[in-house]
Amino acid sequence: MDTALLIWAKSTGLQWATIIMLLGLTMRVIQILLLGRATDLSEARNSDVMSAGIKTIFRRFVPPQGMLQKGLLVYLSGYIFHIGFFIVLLFFVPHIQLIDSTLGISWPGLRSSLIDAITVVTLLALIVLLLHRVWNPVLKLLSTPEDYLTWALTFLPLLTGYMAYHHMLFEYNTMLALHVLSVEALMIAIPFSKLSHMVTLFLARWYNGAIAGRKGVQS
Amino acid sequence: MNSPAVQRAENAFVEFIDGPITSFFGSCVHCGLCAHACLFYEETGDPKFTPIYKLEPMKKVWKQNYTFWGKLLHKFGLSKPLTEEDLKAWEPLLYDSCTMCGRCSMVCPVGNDISYMIRRAREAMVASGYAPEGLKQATLRAATIGSPMGIKLPALKAKIGHIEEETGLKIPMDIEGADYLALLSSNEIMMYPEYIGAIAKIFKHAGVTWTLSSEAYEATNSGLQIGSSDIAGELVQHVVDAAEKLKVKTVISPECGHAYTAIRWEGPNLIGKKFDFKVKHILEVLDELREQGRLKTTGLEEAALTYHDPCQLARRGGVVEQPRRLLNMVAADFREMDEHGVMNWCCGGGGGVSANERAADWQLIAFNKKKSQVQALGVNTMVTACANCRMVLEEGIEENDIQVEVLGLTELLADYLDTK
Repeated sequence: MDTALLIWAKSTGLQWATIIMLLGLTMRVIQILLLGRATDLSEARNSDVMSAGIKTIFRRFVPPQGMLQKGLLVYLSGYIFHIGFFIVLLFFVPHIQLIDSTLGISWPGLRSSLIDAITVVTLLALIVLLLHRVWNPVLKLLSTPEDYLTWALTFLPLLTGYMAYHHMLFEYNTMLALHVLSVEALMIAIPFSKLSHMVTLFLARWYNGAIAGRKGVQS
Repeated sequence: MNSPAVQRAENAFVEFIDGPITSFFGSCVHCGLCAHACLFYEETGDPKFTPIYKLEPMKKVWKQNYTFWGKLLHKFGLSKPLTEEDLKAWEPLLYDSCTMCGRCSMVCPVGNDISYMIRRAREAMVASGYAPEGLKQATLRAATIGSPMGIKLPALKAKIGHIEEETGLKIPMDIEGADYLALLSSNEIMMYPEYIGAIAKIFKHAGVTWTLSSEAYEATNSGLQIGSSDIAGELVQHVVDAAEKLKVKTVISPECGHAYTAIRWEGPNLIGKKFDFKVKHILEVLDELREQGRLKTTGLEEAALTYHDPCQLARRGGVVEQPRRLLNMVAADFREMDEHGVMNWCCGGGGGVSANERAADWQLIAFNKKKSQVQALGVNTMVTACANCRMVLEEGIEENDIQVEVLGLTELLADYLDTK
């Protein structure tokens, strides 16, 4: 039974989750592009808005002047969990094997013990961010149920992966099936939640940079 | 059933939600970092001043109209609709605690141009009738008299008479074919008319021709501050008509931040056509004259001084280096504040805040940022290039009983002109 669930999760489930995620994200991008914006009739100080936008896409990966100290906890935990999440996703050998078996592309992975340590650090960073969201007055005011739901959906794949690897709680195949299902839940939620920022932030940053760039300001 | 005010607000929100705004709301992860870019939050620690929170009503409308779950829940009546209470509660947040300084737009990790959204959210507030009384009155005067402070032509002419007497220079009015059409701000006419004398001196020295227009002498644009594109466009049209009638090549935006944004960046978009003339801020014009060798100064101001960047000029306008080059011509000891240029801190009274009496207390609290910046430098002179900043700074200085003098950059240059 558990093997059947695992097989379904790794084949049909994953296929559907991928389709929903990609289609949903495409729709989000199309919606933004279709809404578009009015042509700016003012005379540009710098007409190369394309490169101003692209520069802003990259610049926003780094905290602007004076911000790192003020938002130290958010910046540090934010960096750690994003980077940690992508390392675990892309450099854990079984993940690479799964990608290889479906897409036929592969690359070298990292040692499992290292992935294991990164997973723990990433989980801790996420816990710090959750506590910050609960306690910090600004975040408390801004937060909605969606913020906690998306937190959980991000946390669970890491947690279940860790537990499966260490043979905790359930029998291995069951835990692994839960792990794959939790990933699928995350994938399905991405286009319908703030998690879509993984794609839309490039557009948002580009617009920001292009709007400021036109006036001769690199934002 | 929505009340008419709510319906009007919703329609306006939808009208103004474009691709950028959809990408901004869709990308916001509620990280709260924008709070640290806002001087109202920084000086009070009150979470309600978090920039993105000021946009909750607009976000509600965006969710219900542009997202899958929002639309679905809305259809089944399961989401909280926009209410009059929302509009009432957010009016002070959108107007009294935001100067549209755009600092938050510079720091948002996902790239949200929050100031861009505030400007548009205010359009919906105006449509619903929820806007501060002070700004409504100023906008009404701007629409009927052409000046938010209600300055009529005879009043301007009386001021001009005094300036002509003092300087011995003729202030040109309605001269066709002049190189420049100079615009003024209400504050300049009422409180700092020496600006008019200063440009008269400088332009004579540089050998360029200029004029004022009796039909469009004000650049202050309350329509932009309150969020009424109709009125803002009408005010811009007055200037365009005057510029075309007088056949000038360049219109000069005065020492006023939002006036510059209104005429330089929003102007053509507000009236729906490109200008046949250039629009430059006075500092851009002076810097060009300097570059051409037509602006020569002699002597140096010895007092240690700093430059306060008007937000709309620097961060939202791209005029950053010009004031520094000009200041260095006349200042012996020019010191930069820790955060300056495009990362400056607002005076606390831009974007209509200073015209809104209800916001007076918050404006004063926000001034503390500037106070600590200036005190850290140990200077007693602050130069700026916006009459509104200047007035707000002077108010703050007065209330705080500190010894700082505020000067307009154009006047400072005029004082050091090499007249030989």
